[in-house]
Amino acid sequence: MPVQNVDNPNSIIPRKSATAPGEGAEKGLITLPGESEREVEGIGGATYLTTKLDQVVNWARGNSLWPLPFGTACCAIEFMSMVSSHYDIARFGAEVVRFSPRQADLMIVAGTIVDKIAPVLKKIYEQMPEPKYVIAMGACATSGGFYRAYHVVQGIDEIIPVDIWVPGCPPTPDGLMYGILKLKEKIERGEIRRG
Amino acid sequence: MSTLTKYSDIPYTGPAPTNREPYVPADAEKMNARGAEIASRISGVTQETGQDLPTFVVDKERIVDVLRALKHDLKFTLPLDCFGVDYPRREQRFDIVYQLYSIENNERVRLKVRVGEGESVPSSLPVYQGLNWFEREVFDMFGVKFDGHPNLRRILTHENFQGHPLRKDYDPAQRWLLTEEGVAKIIPQIDPRFAQEEAESDFERVTLNLGPSHPATHGTLRIVVTLDGETIVGADTEIGYLHRCFEKMSETHTYQQVIPFTDRLNYCSAIINNVGYCMTVEKMLGIQSPARADYVRLILSELMRIGDHLICIGTNLVDMGALTNFWYLFQPREEMYGLIEACCGARLLPSYLRIGGLAVDVPPNFLQMTQKLVDSIPRFLDDVDKLVRTNRIFRDRVEGIGPISAEDALDFGFTGPCLRACGIPYDVRKANPYLGYETYDFDVPIADGGDTYARYLVRMEEMRQSLRIIQQAIDRGLPTGPVIVDNPYVALPPKSKVYNEMESLIYHFKLIMHGIQPPVGETYFQVEGGNGELGFYIVSDGTKNPYRVRVRPPCFAIYQAFTKMITGQTIPDAIAALGSLNIIAGELDH
Repeated sequence: MPVQNVDNPNSIIPRKSATAPGEGAEKGLITLPGESEREVEGIGGATYLTTKLDQVVNWARGNSLWPLPFGTACCAIEFMSMVSSHYDIARFGAEVVRFSPRQADLMIVAGTIVDKIAPVLKKIYEQMPEPKYVIAMGACATSGGFYRAYHVVQGIDEIIPVDIWVPGCPPTPDGLMYGILKLKEKIERGEIRRG
Repeated sequence: MSTLTKYSDIPYTGPAPTNREPYVPADAEKMNARGAEIASRISGVTQETGQDLPTFVVDKERIVDVLRALKHDLKFTLPLDCFGVDYPRREQRFDIVYQLYSIENNERVRLKVRVGEGESVPSSLPVYQGLNWFEREVFDMFGVKFDGHPNLRRILTHENFQGHPLRKDYDPAQRWLLTEEGVAKIIPQIDPRFAQEEAESDFERVTLNLGPSHPATHGTLRIVVTLDGETIVGADTEIGYLHRCFEKMSETHTYQQVIPFTDRLNYCSAIINNVGYCMTVEKMLGIQSPARADYVRLILSELMRIGDHLICIGTNLVDMGALTNFWYLFQPREEMYGLIEACCGARLLPSYLRIGGLAVDVPPNFLQMTQKLVDSIPRFLDDVDKLVRTNRIFRDRVEGIGPISAEDALDFGFTGPCLRACGIPYDVRKANPYLGYETYDFDVPIADGGDTYARYLVRMEEMRQSLRIIQQAIDRGLPTGPVIVDNPYVALPPKSKVYNEMESLIYHFKLIMHGIQPPVGETYFQVEGGNGELGFYIVSDGTKNPYRVRVRPPCFAIYQAFTKMITGQTIPDAIAALGSLNIIAGELDH
């Protein structure tokens, strides 16, 4: 939320009006480190049209995520709950579950990743086209969970980059939904950009 | 560790457990007598007395003969389990334990073969083909070789793995990374066996890899099939893609801490796993959970069984293209989660049980909520049943698909719905009742044919029978009383006492710090899981950590027959058959 009443005429401290990321003048701009200021200064210049297009593209991307469930264990059952009619992720546009990595842009790693399947996970991630996002669902995918064991990967960020971590063992469907909405916000802010 | 001294008169009046006391099962006398009877009919076995099952120590040279005699003369037709236990201080450090079951006589028997480092045991595959994967698992986990095993390679861990993790001297956290080159090592081991058989065919053979990441493999199963045209002429399965080291983790945690790990074995019916594990430890401690706890355990077990079957049928139908049923059948599951959430706050993996009872009492409207569920579920079942049973596409895709004969099913160690679909009415709830199942009126459905359709029918009917059990339980009403045993060496004292009484505070401290310490010994207990006989074998050395926890996962035995079931069929048939077996990766790979 923007800070209220910043323009106090009695104050002797010069202030700029404070805004939360994604809510001020630079809303929808690419805010990669170091870039945002340059872009803001360039408003009205040649970059204006590009950034506005990005905003539209990001809005579209955030509202139609196509998830690829990399479901290995218990979390996959809660993922199914989230897709099913009771919770219904279709309300947020992420209901087109694709099992081919080539048709998906959001990988939801639901379940424990063990050393034996780690190369498979990496390969499937590499097969996804850009832009791609990853949600680590649950304690196991985040950190190995309570399996501090000889065959369990201690968090999938050992292997692939992760955008959103969802806590829980397993997370509730609404928890996962919250994670997807957070990712949507991040995409719409233009924070995530790879490739 | 020292023994506890009782300082004041809190209600518990039983004896304080002392460490290193031997475990004496309640029915030891009976088992000794039966063991002596069996030993008189089979030569070359040494009876071990004082166990909960007739137990024999067998020389490794004699094991195949003894197994054969037990199978043919004494009707021990169902191989339940084969696993290892490591005692590093002994000269012959490994116990290879075989457990068999006789459906005709309703009895179990345990055999132990003692081997040292580097020694090998003759493979028992000529007698029971169902011990195939169990022997591979022993090799993987303990490094004991089986002479004459056709395919003795690692099964749960990966190709780059060094050492044998369930040995006591293996560091539980020692990992070995698997690289792309490591993955490639396995391919020649799976492929060439099919290539060798040169058949007369006009078609070029194709090898197709299904999984481990494939929508129809429900997680992490990998199937490699060789196709001649559309027909599967050879298949191999690779498992271990969800090997989460349950057994090693149990050894590094206390008895109470193992409960969440058991939840995650068959995660579709978590409470049944809790019941199996807790009752095994209770058997060892010689305690009986209160009537109210048993009652809630029974109701929730049956609800979980329904939930398990709903997932199985729902996902099986999705694989065949009937997506509506999947969404429709998830609705009663959501209602079920609501009930469990009201009981303990968690949905899918509640960890609701404790050794000796339940974690907390049920909410006051527990029975009304259960009644509502029981009233609403039949409509879902009837709708789906009507929709698919009269559907020709469904019938064509399941009838005669993935069949297995009753003899083969027994030999492979099938239990549960998959065995009952072959016409064998074996159900642990009837054969060895627990939680008071003997007082409830229910039928064990069987079907003939052993195909995918038979498994569907059995599961559908089992859900109706479970509803019958729950309805009877509701009619009896909730027993009054506590939900956990009044034994400060097992159950934590209530918080009000911990804050106000010195001795309760001490008990609380002792139990948290030193855990539950069962007497020294071993025991086995089984419950009817969603997929069949779910057994736990626990060895205690008198300390707070279990010395060894072995789970007998029903899926493991069932899935090894899969290649046999699909050979000669097509890929779509294989998908339909796989869904109907309800292979849960967490349980399969434990």
